[in-house]
Amino acid sequence: MPLFLAWMIALLGTAGALFLGEVMGMTPCVLCWYQRIAMFPLVLILGLGLLEHDGRSIRYALPLVWAGWGIALYHCLIFWGLVSEGMTPCGKGGSCADADVQVAGFVPIPLLALVAFTAILALLLFSKRKMKNE
Amino acid sequence: MNKKWIVISTVAAVVVAFIAGTMVFRDRSTAEVTQAAQSNTEALVRAHSPVYGNVDAKVTIVEFFDPACETCRDFYPIVKRMVNSSFGQVRLVVRYAPLHKGSDTAIKILEAARKQDKYWEAVEKAFAYQPQWAAHGNPQPELIWEAIKDIKLDMAKAKADAGSPEIEQVLQRDIADMMALKVDKTPGFFVNGRPLEVFGDEELKQLVQEEVRRAYPK
Repeated sequence: MPLFLAWMIALLGTAGALFLGEVMGMTPCVLCWYQRIAMFPLVLILGLGLLEHDGRSIRYALPLVWAGWGIALYHCLIFWGLVSEGMTPCGKGGSCADADVQVAGFVPIPLLALVAFTAILALLLFSKRKMKNE
Repeated sequence: MNKKWIVISTVAAVVVAFIAGTMVFRDRSTAEVTQAAQSNTEALVRAHSPVYGNVDAKVTIVEFFDPACETCRDFYPIVKRMVNSSFGQVRLVVRYAPLHKGSDTAIKILEAARKQDKYWEAVEKAFAYQPQWAAHGNPQPELIWEAIKDIKLDMAKAKADAGSPEIEQVLQRDIADMMALKVDKTPGFFVNGRPLEVFGDEELKQLVQEEVRRAYPK
């Protein structure tokens, strides 16, 4: 069950990112791209793990989740102005600190990503421990 | 086995939601653009804009264009052919949407050529040499001066004109209209005030044909 939930969050995150980018036409900034790279494969890795009843998929997914979580956290710090953006020049895709990157007018996308990665991380760590105990 | 179906149906549900969301969003943004065009009809065609084709044609294609945009370049012969083969029923009005770096300089050069009645020659040259001067990341619109050497402009006058406040005003007016009409991609087409909803050359031809049929009933 926790594995299923983690997979579903990854699926929704992927669909949401594609919707924002491809349908609504928001160009992803550099940091968004890195988070996408960490998020998209989770759908396949965790999905296959679910279908094959393969607990090792969690181990393969975790490095991606940690990477995505770290980048999302960093992105949030930039978004809230706690870290200056000076270190990562965001090119064509617009600034990573842009106030425009919000969903429904008030939830910033990097926060959404951070919440998703945190939830996936917690669920995966939880099911990993559960499997060890079994 | 049960698990497999849960996974598959979850994927299916997300895909369906995605498609439904896409349709809702498209509808809503089309309505928004149409609304913007309807409430800003005066922003579509300005007296200062270049016109190609019969000035009295009843069907007007308004194209918001950017000399540095590759798709605008691809569309140029298509739109030109549409006007040329319309027996004077269709005209093109060019508006500027400088969305690339350096496009403003390019537009000023084209406008300077227009003052000497060499506008379309200059546009064609600028498009022909677009890969050279409009490289992304390193645009050098000044190279257009080189490209239009052969069209026999009074260069000294053209360079003075390109920096004139009059041309700057044309550019600023077009930028303001572009924003009012919510044009954020180039080329942005309107045919008799109707925005091109789904982008594509076939779609544009269809929209023009519809308007021709309406304006010139048999």
